[in-house]
Amino acid sequence: MDDFILEMNNISKSFAKVRVLNDITFKVKPGEVHALVGENGAGKSTLMKILMGIHSPDNGEILISGHKTQIKNPREALAYGISMIHQELNPIMDMEVSENIFLGREIHKNGLVNIREERNQAESLFKEIGININPRTLMRNLSVAQIQLVEIVKAISLSSRVIVMDEPTSAITQKEVKTLFEQIDRLRKQNVAIIYISHKMDEIFQIADRISVLRDGELIGTFPVTDVNNDQLIKMMVGREIKEFIPKTVVPVGEVILEVDNLSRGKHFQNVSFKLHAGEILGIAGLVGAGRSELAEAIFGITQPTNGVIRINGIPVNHQNPKHAIRNKIALITEDRKQTGLNLKFSVKDNITIVSLDELSRMGIINDTQERKAADDFIHNLSIKTTSRNTLLANLSGGNQQKVVLAKWLLTTPEIIILDEPTRGIDVGAKRDIYLLIGEMVKTGKAVLMISSEIPEIMGLSDRIIVLAEGEKTGEISRQDFSQELIMRYASAFNNGGIQ
Amino acid sequence: MNSIKNRFEVSSLREIGIIIAFFVILIILMILSPNAFAKPANLVNILKQASINGILAMGMMFVIISGGIDLSVGSIVALAGVVAATFAHPNEYPLIVSIVLSAVIGAGVGLFNGISVAYGNIPPFIVTLGTMTIVRGMALIAANGQPVFNVTKAFEGIAGGFVFDVVPRLVVYFVVIAIICAFIITRTVFGRRVYAIGGNETAARVSGINVNRIKVAVYTLSGFLAGLSGLLLASRLISGNPTSGQSYELDAIAAVIIGGVSMSGGAGKWYGTIIGALLIAVIGNGLDILNVSSHFQLIIKGSIIIVAVLLDMKGKGKI
Repeated sequence: MDDFILEMNNISKSFAKVRVLNDITFKVKPGEVHALVGENGAGKSTLMKILMGIHSPDNGEILISGHKTQIKNPREALAYGISMIHQELNPIMDMEVSENIFLGREIHKNGLVNIREERNQAESLFKEIGININPRTLMRNLSVAQIQLVEIVKAISLSSRVIVMDEPTSAITQKEVKTLFEQIDRLRKQNVAIIYISHKMDEIFQIADRISVLRDGELIGTFPVTDVNNDQLIKMMVGREIKEFIPKTVVPVGEVILEVDNLSRGKHFQNVSFKLHAGEILGIAGLVGAGRSELAEAIFGITQPTNGVIRINGIPVNHQNPKHAIRNKIALITEDRKQTGLNLKFSVKDNITIVSLDELSRMGIINDTQERKAADDFIHNLSIKTTSRNTLLANLSGGNQQKVVLAKWLLTTPEIIILDEPTRGIDVGAKRDIYLLIGEMVKTGKAVLMISSEIPEIMGLSDRIIVLAEGEKTGEISRQDFSQELIMRYASAFNNGGIQ
Repeated sequence: MNSIKNRFEVSSLREIGIIIAFFVILIILMILSPNAFAKPANLVNILKQASINGILAMGMMFVIISGGIDLSVGSIVALAGVVAATFAHPNEYPLIVSIVLSAVIGAGVGLFNGISVAYGNIPPFIVTLGTMTIVRGMALIAANGQPVFNVTKAFEGIAGGFVFDVVPRLVVYFVVIAIICAFIITRTVFGRRVYAIGGNETAARVSGINVNRIKVAVYTLSGFLAGLSGLLLASRLISGNPTSGQSYELDAIAAVIIGGVSMSGGAGKWYGTIIGALLIAVIGNGLDILNVSSHFQLIIKGSIIIVAVLLDMKGKGKI
């Protein structure tokens, strides 16, 4: 009775000796949004890579519109009408938007690309969808959110029957999420099936028709979205009850340790002032592009502010580079751990110790014993899941990579810890570990400045929240007054013509 | 047991591949030519032939691990050799002048490369392509376009002669430099940071590493070793030739690449580089003995570079 556009039956897959998928049966109907959830390492991406022809399954079969099919590579997947929007976007930065959309299927006559026609088609696609991006813009000049939207437009333009979206909202603002969901709805009406991978529960309940849960390579089940609730879903994903998902550690707030006074940097942010106390978690909320990360970078000395003063324990400081900031006991856990936080070619140990090598060496020669001990201590204390300290970081899951970043900075014994999107793109279990770890930080009297776009997270953990909008501080909220509405109102203050 | 396993995990696998390949080729050549190639004297000779390229490859390894490239080393060999020979005529200057000058010239060119790359933000390929050409020109000017002959016995003795009557001095220099470089790259904070900036420069910067200073040091080291190589070559040839050292940079790069160092930086092992340098010498020597023409040797050498990287990529699962 059910017509499935896509059936993956009894799929199994092992790498080396490790079984990562065990007898998974996953079926998608046309015109449904099918959420695929599970912790990192549950097998979601392997399953999707099999669908896209990147890996071949050891067992099982794939049926498309009821026909048994073998997908040998991504090009064949595209030919079958299956496309995927990857979480890590790989656009060609020096090409313009329209060229990226038509990459690999250029509109041409006798080998000469008709760029004008590409631009026209791109423009009408954008218009139809209601996204305001000039197809002539270079990809390099777009924000992450805009690049993501271009990828989505590209998938739409391929007239795909199944579109896999891997964490499509991890880097875009709420407003853009709304645009995305409108598009998903539109696609649904056109009978396109969407496989929607996300860690964000609220989104899943908002957009999905059915949900499949994977855990440790097993399919826990497929349910209509109306049959499950948030708590049940999390329980299925992690295999245990999470009563209080975001634990708040309350500690007495101490002296002012960091004071930022009328800090400005060009057009990135202007006249931002706040005080951060020992033992306090100060949240910085705002939309993507509000200047939050830029503020953090200026405090940490990656860039220099054009105006204003930063004081640490009352003493004005001038951080010319990150080294100065590190010496002043500041740590910055950056937003993009692969680009700026980690060295994927390094082992777990080498990543953890890289900032602290001076302390772990004598006369420039590394003390192996001390170094190994430092790494092992953090691997143990932060329960970093790795086969050994010498495992290459590229082989760890996102959550464990993030723990390595935290370990690397905690090893420097910082007093002020700046966290920029500390749980971005990591699974539910690792998220909770990191929340607990942030609690431990303030318990030991450290001050935490946390930038987060996840409203439940920032409201759950912070003692106070300041909100930035278009580079200016538009509000400050104490814990008893926290509400999503208030944060969003401050965050979009300028879009609505300023604060009244 | 476990710790031994950990030590040689993952990243060492590809070096193990090239080590096995090296011994397979060595044994094949020994079987093909038991009376000439396999003789101990010839094996020592191979080490000698590998020495200068090996020293250059050690410097090149630092540069490539840091994410760069140094094309200027061959020209530095020529300039340093010419200058060293010019100051080594009998009854003119003490020997130390030649030695210091060649080292200073090499380090100086390297320093210039490093500063241009780090502070001028010019791609390393372009900077060192420029200095390669400039320094070659300087060598030709310094030598008046002619080889510089008439050097002292002491100068000849720098690279000539043997230690304990068996080990060529050249080999001793190579071994000592290789040990020092291996120590620096594996055990020191500096070495770790060279890997760090090659692996992810932005992350290294955010981690408080002075990326520019490391880059300057890396190119200076490579230039310094090239200067020493120029001195050794001039001593060995008893003359400074402004056209010597041509394409030495490519042999050094080949040794590093065959040894499994990633061209994109951030990964690689010192012993891979040494095996790479030895492999190039073994093949050259073996094919000479087997009377394979030098023209065919080029084809074989080039193919080995491609096959080595191909195997490396396969090992990493990239193809």
